[in-house]
Amino acid sequence: MDANWMKLEFPSESVNVQFARTTVAIFASQLDFTLEEIEEIKVAVSEAVSNSVIHGYSASHGNVIMKVKYTPTQFTVSVEDFGRGISDIVQAQESGYTTIPEERMGIGLYFIQEYMDEVSLHSEVGKGTKIVMVKTVKPIQG
Amino acid sequence: MYCSEIVGQALVITLEGEFDLHTAPPFKEHIDTQLHGKPEIINLIFIMSKLTFIDSSGLGVILGRYRIIQERGGQLIFAAPSPQVKRILELSGMQKISKFSNSAREALELI
Ligand SMILES: Nc1ncnc2c1ncn2[C@@H]1O[C@H](COP(=O)(O)OP(=O)(O)OP(=O)(O)O)[C@@H](O)[C@H]1O
Ligand SMILES: [Mg+2]
Repeated sequence: MDANWMKLEFPSESVNVQFARTTVAIFASQLDFTLEEIEEIKVAVSEAVSNSVIHGYSASHGNVIMKVKYTPTQFTVSVEDFGRGISDIVQAQESGYTTIPEERMGIGLYFIQEYMDEVSLHSEVGKGTKIVMVKTVKPIQG
Repeated sequence: MYCSEIVGQALVITLEGEFDLHTAPPFKEHIDTQLHGKPEIINLIFIMSKLTFIDSSGLGVILGRYRIIQERGGQLIFAAPSPQVKRILELSGMQKISKFSNSAREALELI
């Protein structure tokens, strides 16, 4: 198949972090990704969904929408929440920056940047956050 | 999943499966309970051969526990991580404050 997509919506429960990354990994296995690349996608999805659960909705609850699609050249995952939003997007993406320093390292967004090829973060305070992560599909060798 | 045993001045924790936002909190409780009231434990050894996945939530718990043993002058050792786990540990900057070993026995020899 040249192109495909799927969409998933689930409540911001911590058990759904594993569900989300595993589901994306299975979907990604329709392409010829290496096991290492699949692991990288899993980490990125885990970080993005965790952020929606922890920061987006913090004490409250809401839904997370995840859209996944691929073309012959790109595998794209977007994770969207309708929670608190981020006031300073540049600062949020600095490695080591976190608003919960007592228990977090502030490295989730950094991992996403390291493991995916293109990342864009969109957010509005009080409205929500959407992160779009792209992994390049490499042509089959030989 | 995890289990732990005290060997001399070290708490040896064997990790199994996946550590993320959902599974990290009970793991944190477990280690804190072990460390609480036992100031003689100064080293933490994580046996990682059966750890299949970890992300920033799991790493945050490990760093937080490291801060406790750091105050006690102890060391942090990661034994037998898979290549993927080793890579994320390195990316997190944690290799600067820890040592890697190939096995549990080698880890005990390092301290
Ligand atoms: N979906 C979101 N909604 C609201 N704020 C967010 C969201 N995602 C990230 N942030 C903000 O950006 C900061 C940095 O995110 P990042 O994932 O890098 O670190 P962290 O989640 O705080 O810690 P770690 O990922 O290491 O557990 C967060 O502390 C939070 O303030
Ligand atoms: Mg995070």
